[in-house]
Amino acid sequence: MKGNFIDNLPRVYGIYTGGFLAFIIIMAICEQMGMTAKTIGICFVAFTVAIYAIIGWLSRTAQADAYYVAGRQVPTVFNGMATAADWMSGASFVAMAGGIYFKGYGYMALLVGWTGGYVLVASLLAPYLRKFGCYTVPDFIGTRYGGNLSRLLAVIVLTVASFTYVTAQINATGTIASVALDIPFQYAVYVGLVSILLCSMLGGMRGVTWTQVAQYIVLIIAYLLPVFWISNKMGAGFFPHFMLADEVARIGELEQQFGFVKNSAADLANVPKGLAGITKAHSAVNATPWAFISLALAMMMGTASLPHVMMRYFTTPSVKAARKSVGWSLFFIFLLYSSAPMLATLSKLSLIDPSLPTGIIGKSIAEVQAIDWYQNWNQANLMFVSDFNGNGTLELNEFFMGGKAVVLATPEIAGLPYVISGLVAAGGMAAAMSTADGLILAIANALSHDLYYKIIDPKAETAKRLVVARVLLVVIGFAGATIAAMEIQGILGSVIWAFDFAMSGLFFPLVLGVWWKRANKEGAIAGMALGLASGMGYLIWVRNGGSGFLGITQLTFGIFGSAVSLVSMVVVSLITSAPNAATQKMVDEVRVPSGRTILGKQ
Amino acid sequence: MSKQEQHWEKTRNLLFVTLAIWFVFSIGIFLFGAEMNEVTGPFGYPWTYWFTCQGSLGIFVILIFWFANRQEKIDEEFGFSERGDD
Repeated sequence: MKGNFIDNLPRVYGIYTGGFLAFIIIMAICEQMGMTAKTIGICFVAFTVAIYAIIGWLSRTAQADAYYVAGRQVPTVFNGMATAADWMSGASFVAMAGGIYFKGYGYMALLVGWTGGYVLVASLLAPYLRKFGCYTVPDFIGTRYGGNLSRLLAVIVLTVASFTYVTAQINATGTIASVALDIPFQYAVYVGLVSILLCSMLGGMRGVTWTQVAQYIVLIIAYLLPVFWISNKMGAGFFPHFMLADEVARIGELEQQFGFVKNSAADLANVPKGLAGITKAHSAVNATPWAFISLALAMMMGTASLPHVMMRYFTTPSVKAARKSVGWSLFFIFLLYSSAPMLATLSKLSLIDPSLPTGIIGKSIAEVQAIDWYQNWNQANLMFVSDFNGNGTLELNEFFMGGKAVVLATPEIAGLPYVISGLVAAGGMAAAMSTADGLILAIANALSHDLYYKIIDPKAETAKRLVVARVLLVVIGFAGATIAAMEIQGILGSVIWAFDFAMSGLFFPLVLGVWWKRANKEGAIAGMALGLASGMGYLIWVRNGGSGFLGITQLTFGIFGSAVSLVSMVVVSLITSAPNAATQKMVDEVRVPSGRTILGKQ
Repeated sequence: MSKQEQHWEKTRNLLFVTLAIWFVFSIGIFLFGAEMNEVTGPFGYPWTYWFTCQGSLGIFVILIFWFANRQEKIDEEFGFSERGDD
């Protein structure tokens, strides 16, 4: 190929996408020729992970600029794809449609929150941090406010938030690997971990960038193809996003017809853990305005404070490109997020509508228990029926499903070939791996660059710094996997906590660092320390039976944490002296897009 | 006022407009979620449902690109834009 790698990117990824589609077709042919479902699953996961590993190996580097910020030459659109993969976790991929399926409107605050946050990223932070020219988020805090303590606190907030998040991702890779490869979860977690480290260890940010682009392509095909296919097969419309209004209305009718019967506690005790029934309206407004808005707001501010997202915008060639790149990121995220409610609608209707061939409500219990897919997913502990009222017929309140089943089982229920289920497994794996990589790298980079290089040993040579960075990457990965193997908190719970931790400690110190010249070191230290401490305190209080206040729950505790952070930062900044002239001049320069980066001048 | 101060004032005004639009579609409309859902909106979906599925999300995408273009114009006006590619 002529020209350098960057110029050839569209061609490289074009060929890759074509190759992946060809692979899907080959697998479909193999399925027709009698390849077993299990072999297809293994092929999909093994093939895609092998590709990522090759990309990771090809991206190996010994330069600090390439390792930390991919050489700052990632074009806007590709950075957008990489950010989208970085962003959309295993939870987005596997659990989001399920959440919408079970909780409806109240849950969809997450869709608004996880997209609206990008407006804050684009307008308040990303371009300015790009101009700053830092390697990590604590690098900005440490240089803007000065002093090792502020840098250290930023590292602590980053680590608490990202580590909470990463265990959930490693858990997700483990779940998918254990299903697809048919090995016990405790081992599957480490298989997932090794796959993750293969992408990031040799090439750092450069390796992660180019694998994330590849992972985005896999995950978006794996999500959209089944949605369109199912919609067409059901005759619901060839472009589901614009054509499911009748289906949404039909679900509303059926809900009216069946009613939401409340099960007794004794009946529910028989239902396997983690499964839920349909108890909330699909499209009606079922949450108070504050419950919806507070969750959306917490997720938006959390988005703008999560370091693994922010650091993706350090890799663009210019400030201008950083802004545009945020737009592309959200566009690529939009493609998946706007499809999740459609999948939830199709999945729910195909199960509950008695007039559809796939509908099971209203059938006899024995008949449902004889269906192949029911038996498979019942065995996988993701589906359950029980005749509570003893009338022999399945009622809406007698059918239970796991949240993951919406994405994982719907293709099978709708009668799609198994090759689609294999594809979905590969997509889920890609989603979880790409996010885990971004997070582990964010933590390892902060510890190696900010803690080791900037605080402990400022004279360390590049080679030594990169060795430290890689050792930390492995250590953090193993620590995450070990905790994931213990299965403490469900996938989604810990994801939401990460947002709250990040916004409690980092949102205002980051934003005011750019937008308020008067903000000083003492203020930032108070903001980070008190914000994180009060957010964490609130979480512990509510978890231990505390009643909470103002409707702030354990999912939105960041609202309290960040409010404390804002107040303490402003008050402490104002009662201590203004930042010195050099710092003020630095802030002025950050606000101007042209010219060299701040750190590039020093 | 120096060139830099003027540039920052325009930048700040653009931020306020952007955040105002963001506020309306991420928070403002959901104050009236229940009422708005009674009315049929785009493609036949109820309005609130449509906003949570597609509307607000799509508006955010457009808003960011619009913001980026406006900011580039401001930077060019004051000669602060970067040369070279994007």
